[in-house]
Amino acid sequence: MPNTRPTSPHLGIYRWRVNMLQSTLHRLTGLFLCLGALLVAWGLIAAASSGAAWDVFAAFCGSLIGMILLFLWTWSLLFHLCNGIYHLLHDIGQGYGPARRDREFAPVYWKAGWSMIVLSVVLTVLVWIFLVLHMAGGAA
Amino acid sequence: MSAYPGQDGLRTPLKVARSNGASGTGVRHWWIQRVTAVALIPLSIWFLFLMGGLLHATYPEVLAAIAQPVHAIFLIVLSVCLFWHGALGLQVIIEDYVHTRWLEVTLQIALRFGAVLAALACVMAVLSVWLTGTGYY
Repeated sequence: MPNTRPTSPHLGIYRWRVNMLQSTLHRLTGLFLCLGALLVAWGLIAAASSGAAWDVFAAFCGSLIGMILLFLWTWSLLFHLCNGIYHLLHDIGQGYGPARRDREFAPVYWKAGWSMIVLSVVLTVLVWIFLVLHMAGGAA
Repeated sequence: MSAYPGQDGLRTPLKVARSNGASGTGVRHWWIQRVTAVALIPLSIWFLFLMGGLLHATYPEVLAAIAQPVHAIFLIVLSVCLFWHGALGLQVIIEDYVHTRWLEVTLQIALRFGAVLAALACVMAVLSVWLTGTGYY
C-alpha cells in the first residue's frame, strides 16, 4: 500500500552548507568502500586458495579498470577517514554549535569542511605518487 | 502524577534505567559504529602501508606477509571491524531509502548474512595462510 501521508519539507528548502556535501560524500564513499571490503575478502580468499586464484586477483588489480577502482577506493578511504575523524570530534562536542552552521557567523566551519575534502584529495595524490615511484623503482 | 521519585510520565524507573528508547536497542548501534570507527583509524592506515609494500609481490611473498603473526592478527581484527562497521552503515542506508517493507526486511537479513559470511571468510582465509604457512600452489 503506498504511503499517502504528508511528507516533511526536504532538501530544497534548506540553505546550502558545506556539511551537506560532507554528509553526502561520507555516505557515498562508505557505500563504495563496502564494495572495496569485498575486494579485500576476494584477495584474502584467493591468497588462501591457490597461486592460480591469486594470479586472477592480481591481474584484476593490475588491469586498467582495477587501477581506476583502486584509485577511487584510495580517495574514498582517505575521505571517509578524514571526515570520520571530524565526525568523532563532533561526537565529543568539538566544533559544534548553532552559530557555527553559517558562513557569516563561523567561516572556520566552512574552512574545516572544505579542508576535509581538499586534504583527502592531497593525501590520495601523495599516496599514488609514492606508489608510482615505487613501481618505477621496482621495474628498474 | 508520578509514582516514583524522578519518574517522567508513565515510564517506570526501570524503563528509564534501561534507556532502550522506542527502538528497543538503545544506543548500541551508535556506540559500535563509533568504536569500530576508532579501531579502523590505525588499522586502515596500516593496511594502506601493507598494500603499498605488496605492490609487486609474488604469490609466495604475499603468503609470507599474511603469515607474519602481527600482520595476521591485524588482518583478522581489520576484517571483523571492517564488515561490522560497513554493515552498520549499510543498515542505515537501507532504513533511509528502502520504503517497501518486504524488500527492506529482505535486504536487512541479506545484509547480516553477507556481512557475517564475508567477515568469517576473511578470518578463515587469514588463519589458513597463517597456520598452514603456505597456500596450495
